Amino acid sequence: MSDLQELYQSVILDHNRKPRNFGPLDDASGSAEGKNPLCGDQVEVAVRLDGDTLSAVKFTGSGCAISKASASLMTAAVTGKSRAEVDVLFERFHALVTGRLADAEITKESLGQLVVFSSVSRFPIRVKCASLAWHTLRAALENGDASIAVSTE
Amino acid sequence: MTDMTHTALAPRGDFPLLAANPLLHYLDSAATSQKPQTVLDAITHFYGTANANPHRGAYALAAAATDAYHEARETIAQFLGARDSDTLVFTRGTTEAMNLVANAWGRTHVQAGDEIVITALEHHANFVPWQQLAKSAGAQLRIAELTDDQQVDLDHLASLLSARTKVVAITHVSNAVGSITPVAEVVRLVRAHTSALLVLDGAQGAPHLPVDFDALGVDFYAFSGHKLLGPMGIGGVIGTRARWEECQPWQFGGDMIEWVHDMDSTWNVLPHRFEAGTPNAADAVGLAAAVRYLRALDMTAVRAHEVALLEYAQERLAGMDGLIVYGPPADARSGVLSFTLEDVHPHDLATILDQHNVCIRAGHHCAQPLMRRLGTSATARASFYVYSDTRDVDALVHALVEAQRIFAPVDA
Repeated sequence: MSDLQELYQSVILDHNRKPRNFGPLDDASGSAEGKNPLCGDQVEVAVRLDGDTLSAVKFTGSGCAISKASASLMTAAVTGKSRAEVDVLFERFHALVTGRLADAEITKESLGQLVVFSSVSRFPIRVKCASLAWHTLRAALENGDASIAVSTE
Repeated sequence: MTDMTHTALAPRGDFPLLAANPLLHYLDSAATSQKPQTVLDAITHFYGTANANPHRGAYALAAAATDAYHEARETIAQFLGARDSDTLVFTRGTTEAMNLVANAWGRTHVQAGDEIVITALEHHANFVPWQQLAKSAGAQLRIAELTDDQQVDLDHLASLLSARTKVVAITHVSNAVGSITPVAEVVRLVRAHTSALLVLDGAQGAPHLPVDFDALGVDFYAFSGHKLLGPMGIGGVIGTRARWEECQPWQFGGDMIEWVHDMDSTWNVLPHRFEAGTPNAADAVGLAAAVRYLRALDMTAVRAHEVALLEYAQERLAGMDGLIVYGPPADARSGVLSFTLEDVHPHDLATILDQHNVCIRAGHHCAQPLMRRLGTSATARASFYVYSDTRDVDALVHALVEAQRIFAPVDA
């Protein structure tokens, strides 16, 4: 597979075309807006916490295929997880897209569907696209009902 | 299909970066141009033979530096049609030039209740300085809207002009979509209805069109060197002497003073009054080499070359599904192809094109007010210059088709 085919593989294109958990979230317990001033991408992530469990996550916004697919796959990956589990996944995903994750850990077992983002690290300019939704999720979890702007660096 | 050879106006071999990367299709000259060897040589030559601090030091080498800097100013002023070369003040580029005018003229002339008129086409460099001046002075910022093909709506512009208008700042050529402002018509409107300061943002005008400052009828014309084959970090603003006389110094320090007393100071003459500190003489000399290179090509030929490439590109792209091209027809547009492709975000396009060695810009082009009016957060922009040729256009078209193939729905 060429680098391009790997970057734009079918799972990513599918989530770009038909993003999951896209739209406003009723009874959100927190939300945040993330912006990439460089390209104008923006995403709003809303979360609902039941105790320590992330029972629902939805997003809205506009952006490139990588940022939209990343937001979509993220919502699927973190729903039902505890905050600590989300933190672990965030760190692992961030290490993946910045090329700091050991090859042995780049597996479906370790990352689930997020493994499709493994080639992003070969496109350094696109790391911000892939991580925007994750930074925004973290801001939404940390800031309760505040809506804030985050930058990705 | 247009009968056109593959020939660029300027040989790729003159440009070290292009010569070293024969497969590269550099279509981002509106962001910054590539530099010919003569420019690099001129900078090296200055540092190797004439490096001393201009205007200081009573020795022959310092005089050589001063002479080189002075000659650069004359060459560049002449290229832009200003006979009085002392009315050219060097800056780091257009951004600093606009901040200079907004501060040096604006702070002493714009007051509460006054109006500043700009347009929806403006680059942030000709938008934010005026927006912030209006805010701090209590003046009103008025924005001239655009026609459906992103040209300044002259009727709307005229409707904004009144005795309250203190500044009209407008782009010569839009960086984002390439629209060329009909300067003569704007000058006529502004002079008929106001006594306002008329400032032209020439960042995309000077590199692509013949500019004759003395005949334009505007008060200030700002430009950047790095977009017209020169080095980064040098540019300037030409003004009429009468308007310069109305300006107050905006940066203070060495070179710009005449005499410093304990409690007050007096100022040096034009252009030094507005060039505080050690000047960027080496890059001014580099820029002078760039304009000599362009003069030899002839700016009328540069314009004709870009129009031909633009028309060739439009022909090759005609009928492409989901393609929207912004801006007016080629005769009213600089060598800029700003577009969106349905279902493929400009950022993804730029990545795919990059894999095909095609460099384009994707984003808001430092023109967020314009993007809002286009109803998009970003466009893809291919821009041409003297070293561009039809092979660059062919590579662009090929890569766009590839992008469409990658993004085509599998169930279609």
